[in-house]
This record gives sequence, structure tokens and C-alpha cells, in this order.
Amino acid sequence: MTMATTAPSAPSVLMPRRKRYMDRKSLIPLLLLLPPSLILFVTFVALPMVDAATYSFFQWTGYGPVTNFVGFDNYVDVLTHRNFATSVRNSLIVVAASLLIQLPLALWVSIALAEKARGVVWIRTLFFLPYMLAEIAAGLIWKFVYDGNYGLVPQIGDALHTKLPFLLADKLWVIPAIMLVIVWKYFGFHMMIYIAGLQSIPTEVVEAARLDGVKKWQIVRYIKIPMIWSSIVISVFFSITGALQLFDMIIPLTNGGPSNSSHTIVSFLYAFGILRMKIGFGAAVSVLLCIACVTVAIVYRRVLFKSEAE
Amino acid sequence: MADIALSTPQATTTTSPRKRRQRPAISAVQWLSLALVAIFIIVPFYTTLLGGFKSIGELRTNPFGLPQTWDASNFLGILFGPTLFRSLGNSLFVSLATVVLSILLASMTAFAFAHIRFFGSKFLMSFLLLGLLFPSATAILPLFIKMRDLGLLDKHLGIIVVQVAFSLSFSILLFHNFFKQLPKELVDAARMDNCGYLRIYWYVTLPLSLPIIATVGVFNFVGSWNSFLLPLIALNTDANYTWPLGIMQFQGEHGSDWPKILAYLTLTILPAIGFFLVAQRYIISGLTGGAVKG
Repeated sequence: MTMATTAPSAPSVLMPRRKRYMDRKSLIPLLLLLPPSLILFVTFVALPMVDAATYSFFQWTGYGPVTNFVGFDNYVDVLTHRNFATSVRNSLIVVAASLLIQLPLALWVSIALAEKARGVVWIRTLFFLPYMLAEIAAGLIWKFVYDGNYGLVPQIGDALHTKLPFLLADKLWVIPAIMLVIVWKYFGFHMMIYIAGLQSIPTEVVEAARLDGVKKWQIVRYIKIPMIWSSIVISVFFSITGALQLFDMIIPLTNGGPSNSSHTIVSFLYAFGILRMKIGFGAAVSVLLCIACVTVAIVYRRVLFKSEAE
Repeated sequence: MADIALSTPQATTTTSPRKRRQRPAISAVQWLSLALVAIFIIVPFYTTLLGGFKSIGELRTNPFGLPQTWDASNFLGILFGPTLFRSLGNSLFVSLATVVLSILLASMTAFAFAHIRFFGSKFLMSFLLLGLLFPSATAILPLFIKMRDLGLLDKHLGIIVVQVAFSLSFSILLFHNFFKQLPKELVDAARMDNCGYLRIYWYVTLPLSLPIIATVGVFNFVGSWNSFLLPLIALNTDANYTWPLGIMQFQGEHGSDWPKILAYLTLTILPAIGFFLVAQRYIISGLTGGAVKG
């Protein structure tokens, strides 16, 4: 059986196979290799996204048939929800602060840590460590740091002879406090991306500039940063999409409080859609979030990745 | 040149590049900033690790120093308690199963895309990579309904299959990039020897792919080990809890008994730190590999 099929099919291996997209020998392997992934992906990734779009037009509590069509009411409810505006604002603040604080810090640190010097590898590992930590653990550690009775913040207050507020219970301070945790947790990730970029710069380029008497920070400004621009573009992308999805850390830190002032989009979805089983409402939030993520990705591809390729 | 002439012959080889540069690679200001950042990183860890040994009163009076007495009762209470090892065991099982399944499925699929020509392969590949755009958080609500309808709620199997499904896009991308770089002659030669695709996959491609298997494996392991939202909505029996749920429950029960909570935290992050130190190069290669290509 196998002998009979090999003779005719052997030439097709030697010659560039142009017309025959699928020969008999590849059909069975394809039927074994592809379906498991496809079935899982369609069932748990693709279909739920379609379902979210469907549910968002219905009022539904999760039980019984989905019949109560309400048009765009869910979207109106979401967009006019007081806490949704807060959560979007918080997510945007997180994005802005990532771009203005976290990425510059990561870049500054990576310029030093991309060099070959004693101890550099250990410092890199240390700075990367928080990124590996579960968000839950990071959140709980910082909940302790910020704890107004037993944490470190009141100690710092004592040292300064003032009484510092309970940061996580203070509407004004809660977002900056969360921001600090985000910087602590994620800047090491961006640092690693930059270090990989910096280390792929050919040493001759930097060496040649140095021999020409170009100063260290001019090299950074005019050679290194332009040459790792693609790394920067990617890390900006990750910090935007990461900020849009922020959830795990919010739960241990504040659970959305005080009085719902520290929700992010996903924690808003959790608190007001899932916990209350308002499926249509939650699905509308999902769809909006999804549109935001996809828009960022597409705009990014069009604008930034393109300009970088030119 | 004068410098080199003055120094001893042994020293010239090591110092000459530095001399030519006139200044060290990392300046004092940079070292200072590195030190400040290092303190910022270390202090929360340090106080957490020590806090478990302190009494609640001592936390207030002596937050930074070593404990006056090393009281391990918090740790012992948790180690011999029922929840810690049960939740860590649940997490380990879920993570390992996720890793094995995702490696197997993603490598199979990526192999088909990399080596078998068939109608629609480009389209299917783009379809599977769409998952890179959607974080699982956006689909969590319909996912919950889907799992409920399939009877997967409160089961580890449910968490595993969903995590595998969401890890597929990134894993397929990494495997596909790697398979494309393998010498094509190997597969062609095997085909000439009348070796079927499945055997090529198993006996030729996979054994050559250990580096990427390690990267994908470590990456998915960490993702699964740390995941919180999915177990949170899917599991509701204590006995099935993974460790992030376990620690949140523990924290809920002990309110602000911080020494106990810090001891529990320490016990859960120590294995993670150990694993990280062993596996970090695979994590970094996954990050940078995925970042460059994605």
C-alpha cells in the first residue's frame, strides 16, 4: 500500500509543488494535527467573542433562553454608568503614567544594565523579579506596605513627623499608589525588552562613534535610542494593552474601592457584570474593551510599525 | 600608549580597552540610580519575608529591623494547615497539564503550518493568531457561560482547556518561527525516505525543538501558575482552589493579622522565586522572541 503510493508522489517532492495543494499523504496528518487546536480555539476563544457581541444586545441574567432583545440599551447603560467613566479614566491614567514614568525609568536603567560590568546580571535579575511574581502576591505585598496601621507608609509618616493618609482608602491617593505598584511590578519587563534591543546594536557602531569623540549621552541620544526604536514601539504597545487589561492587582489592593473610585475596565466588568450576573451589561463592556484593544493593535500596526519600517 | 607602557604586561590586556574609553561603562550617577531602584525593589520583599516572623506589635514598632525573636509559629501553622499544600498542589497540577497540552497542540499545529502545504493554511494561521489581539479578560463573561453549559465549572479540566485555548496563539507563533528556521533539508530528506509527516513531526522536528519547547513551556507555566481571574470565576469549592484563590481566602479570613498573611505570602512566593532563578533565561527568550516577531 505504501509502496504503491510512493512511486507517483516522489517526483512531487523533488519538483516545486505548484498546483497540487493537498496530496493524499498530507491529508491524514492534517486531520490529526490541526483539529485539536482549532476545536479548542473556536470553542473557548472565537465563539465566546461572538457570544459577547450577541449577548450585548439582550437583557439576560444567565438562565433560560436569550430572548429579551434590547438593542443598544446595554451600551447606553454602560456608557452612562458613573463608575464606567471612572474606570476608563483610571485606565487612561495608568497608560499615561506608564508612558511618562515607567518607560523612561526602564530605558534609563537598561542603558546602564546593557553594558558588560560586574554585578550587572544580578541587578537585571533583581529588577525582573517583580514581573515574575503573581499579580495577587504583588498586590498583597503592597497592600501591607500601604497599610495605615501596620505597614511601611505610617512608619515613613512617623519619620517625617506627619500623619500620612491611608493611601488605599483615600480617593485622591489611591490611583497614584496603584501606579507605584505598577511601576514596581512591570518596569523590569520593559527593561528586558530594551536590554535585548541595546545588546543587538553592533558594537562597531558604538565603538566607531566613541573613537570619533562622541560623548556618551550623545551616543545614547543619537545612536542607541534610534537603533532600539522598534523595542520602544513594542514596549509602548505592551504597556497600553496591559493597562487596558489590568485586573488581578486591583482586587487584593483595593477591590475597586474606596467607593468604586479605583476600578479599571476589567474590574468594573467583574464587579458590575459578572458578580451581579448582568450578562448583557457585562458583554457590552467586553465588546467595548475588545474594540479598544483591537483598535490599538490596528492603529499601531498601521502607524508606528510602518513608520519604523521606513 | 603612555599608559600601556607604564603598566605591567599582565595588566595591559585587561585595562587597555577601558583606558582608551577614558571612563567606566557605567557612571557613578548611573550606579547611584541603580542602587535607589534596587532599594525600591527590595524593601517590599524584605519586609514581607521578615514580617512573617514578627508579632503584630513588632510590625508597628520595628518594621525594617530583624525580628527580636525568630518566631516560626506562623510558618509552622500554615505548613501544617490544610490549605497551603492543597492549593499549591492544585496549581501545580493545573499548570503542568496546561503546559503539556499547550506544547503538544501548539507544536502540532505549527508543524502543519510550517511544513505541509494545503489550501487555506495562510487563512487558518491568521485566524489562530487572532487570539493575540484578545486578552482572555475580554471574553470572561461568555466564557463563564460556555464553561457552565459544558459542565466545566468548578473542575480543573475546565481551567486547563481554557488556558490552553488562550495560550495557543502565542505558542503557535513561537513554534512556527522556530520550525521555519530549522533546515528544510531535514524534512525533505525524511520525506524522500518515505517517512510520513507524523513521524517526521515526532522523530525529527520535536527532538530538534527542545529550546523552544522549554521557552513555551516555562512561559505557559508561569502564566497558568499566576492566573487569577479564570479560577476566580470558574472554581467555587475550597478543595479545588488554586493558590491565588487560596491566599485571597486566607487573607479574607485573617483580616489584618499581617504576620500570618505575610508568612503565607512568603511560603507561596519562595517556590516561584526559586523557579524563576532557574528558568529565567527561557522566559526572557520567550519575551524578546515574541516581542520581536509579534
